[in-house]
Amino acid sequence: MGLLQIGASILAALLVGALTRGAARRHLLLALSVLAVYWFQPVVPLRSFDFWLPSLSLALVVFVWFITSQADAWRSRQNLYGFLIIISLVTFIDLSRYVFSDPLFTATIPPSFNIFLVFIVALAITILFVTRISRTYKWILSIAIILLIIILLILKSPILSIQASIFLRTLTNRPIENISTSDLRWLGFSYIAFRLIHVLRDKSRTPQFTLSRSVRDKQMGRLPELTLPEFATYVVFFPSLSAGPIDQAERFAQDLRKGFALTQDETLLAGQRIAIGLFKKFVVADALALIALNDALATQVRTTGWMWIILYAYTFQIYFDFSGYTDIAIGIARLVGIKLPENFAAPYTKSNLTQFWNSWHMTLTQWFRAYFFNPFNRWMRAYKNIPAWMMILIGQLATMLLIGLWHGITLNFILWGAWHGLGLFLQNRWSDFVRARFPNLQQNTRLQFALQFGGVLLTFHFVALGWVFFALSEPSLSWQVLLALSGVSR
Amino acid sequence: MENKPRIRLFAVLLKAILLIALFNFAFIYLKGIPLGKISLYNSVFPGRERLPFGEHPQAYNLSMFNLDAMFASHILTGTPKTLAEYRVFLIGDSSIWGTLLTPSQTLAGQLNSSAISACGRSVRAYNLGYPYISLMQELMILDEALQYQPDMVIWLTTLESLPKDKQFGSPLVANNAERVRELIAKYELKADPNDPALINASKWDQTFVSRRREFADLLRLQMYGALWASTGIDQFYPESYERAQIDLEASDEFHELTSLKNALAIDVLDAGMRAAAAPVPTILVNEPILISNGLNSDIRYNFFYPRWAYDEYRVLLNEYASERGLPYLDLWDLVPLNEFTNSGVHLTPVGEALLTDKIAEVIQFNCNNK
Repeated sequence: MGLLQIGASILAALLVGALTRGAARRHLLLALSVLAVYWFQPVVPLRSFDFWLPSLSLALVVFVWFITSQADAWRSRQNLYGFLIIISLVTFIDLSRYVFSDPLFTATIPPSFNIFLVFIVALAITILFVTRISRTYKWILSIAIILLIIILLILKSPILSIQASIFLRTLTNRPIENISTSDLRWLGFSYIAFRLIHVLRDKSRTPQFTLSRSVRDKQMGRLPELTLPEFATYVVFFPSLSAGPIDQAERFAQDLRKGFALTQDETLLAGQRIAIGLFKKFVVADALALIALNDALATQVRTTGWMWIILYAYTFQIYFDFSGYTDIAIGIARLVGIKLPENFAAPYTKSNLTQFWNSWHMTLTQWFRAYFFNPFNRWMRAYKNIPAWMMILIGQLATMLLIGLWHGITLNFILWGAWHGLGLFLQNRWSDFVRARFPNLQQNTRLQFALQFGGVLLTFHFVALGWVFFALSEPSLSWQVLLALSGVSR
Repeated sequence: MENKPRIRLFAVLLKAILLIALFNFAFIYLKGIPLGKISLYNSVFPGRERLPFGEHPQAYNLSMFNLDAMFASHILTGTPKTLAEYRVFLIGDSSIWGTLLTPSQTLAGQLNSSAISACGRSVRAYNLGYPYISLMQELMILDEALQYQPDMVIWLTTLESLPKDKQFGSPLVANNAERVRELIAKYELKADPNDPALINASKWDQTFVSRRREFADLLRLQMYGALWASTGIDQFYPESYERAQIDLEASDEFHELTSLKNALAIDVLDAGMRAAAAPVPTILVNEPILISNGLNSDIRYNFFYPRWAYDEYRVLLNEYASERGLPYLDLWDLVPLNEFTNSGVHLTPVGEALLTDKIAEVIQFNCNNK
């Protein structure tokens, strides 16, 4: 999101928060989010894909809602309204090509209406067909999860995305000489996919979800039945579309359903949060970005001392950039009565790696903990012959490798994941050792302080060194930088 | 129960707007404060070997119009002159600045590494070249540099710098209207101080909001100091580039002129030659140009110059120097064709070495005969 988009989002949120209530607020939030899906999508080299990719995002949202909602839910007035809002806005965006000389919400001119109509009809048939099957066969939900993971794999893997791009370019009669990984730059898909997987997975675990919700589920308040406007707004909510945080559907729906009136105090708190976010992102992070570690600097920096400074610059740049965006998203959402979850809690001040991961990109970590780490550990516990330490090693390593792969399927992201997986394992072993060996440590405040302070320094530098893999594109470059940092090669 | 003071949003917004407006317009009256002189160079970071210039992100450098900031980042500003130093300023265009050359490959760099001495002192050359060809720009830089106690000024120039219509074409000149007017008054130049090419800042243009790019550039220049210190890189070096044109157009056109008489800014040249008062000698050098042997090379020497214009210019410059008894060196054909890079005036390191030998001789000769 650029400054213009952030400014427009703030203004829109202020108006919605101040002037609307109840259903009008929910419908307007849906409309703004639908428009934002198109407006925020950057231009891609494939013709009209800046229209098709957002349209596919919305198609997936509608599709997942149909297969996870009650059989006759679509007949309700709220859902019909929601459906009408989505379809009319998307149609309006497409038809705008015939009225305005410049595209209104897309980077380039949308496709012709005939092609759009074919897309809508094909989508409607698919949804009707799959929804009908999904009423009988619950595995359809698992298929949908697999489909989302496959799309993620294609987008995150340079090799697969190039192959997909070749296929699409051939299909659309575009030259393949200019092929690039940016052909399929699908804004926010990672976050959209994670929200959809969260709903699909939780619904698949809800007994008899298609018939009636169990009393226990209702008592637990687990995954209440979401209307289409609520569901679609949750998945493509405009403040958190491009950089998260990843909210929980049930929590998000509670905020949407709550009565909300924008007060002066709320506006000030939101404004403060947005201002902090803007400063973090556009002043601190963008300034640090000028001198932060990258592929070119990896080979150009001449001394060990400067290499550390360049690495520190990257370490702080990535934090201020990401947490700045999160602050902006949380602040804008607050203006419309949505309290998005926190994503960062001073991660570089934590004294061990577990605490770091509990305070860095928290919603992603929680997602992986809920949907991979915990089930995987439960599964491993069934095998009695696996020693505890081995279970910890495998669990930590596998989770962190997956988090690494979520950022991109490259060797460097794998190395970054492995670095943290091994780090978490070693820290776990060390903590157990210290607890067993020095049971009275808590009583020695000085030693406790020294350990705490040392822990912060050690954790910060461990994380910073991990960024050497994250920031660079090739393991050989990372190796060069690590040698330079250790004083061996410079 | 404690009474929490109620915050009135409207009052907060109003005060914020007023404070922003006050801060913004206060900058009109801060115009005279040389903010550009506040610099991390020569203290936290080493000074740059040449004036900041660059348009590519990987240049770790940027083009700006604030001459104070440009000089504050230069090594010259942070180098106190010692008794053992013989200080030489090299004034000129991009060929002296060193497009496509590392700092050590430039004329200044090669002069310094050749460790010559003059008048019993070690020669230390300072690169004060700047890309874009305009005598007025070079005069502006020279005038600013003179406060740093040169022992000799060597001004390398070429015909393209001299046409009157080029004088205000440099962005550095156009965006420093006040300085240009001061130069016109100080050296009694014939140029029009109200030339429309000079960008005059209105009151609004002097506010913080209007000058935000300038302040951002000042901050960026400081940030790039870390990269200059850590890499020693101050321009983007492409893996390949297009060589200077050898096959030329069959045109003898030069600035729509038929003769150079009265078309050149000799007054600006004269001002520069007089700027450094005695006993500091200023040596005028006609810098080497590419002499093509390709298509239409009987009409033109290179992309810049038709033969008639350049020949006439050499005669004029020679006459100008001999009439006034100024030290002058014509090195126009010093460098062979294959030692030019992407332009008819940009030299390879070998070309610069040839020039260095000549300039070293000039420094020693003029010092000893002073």
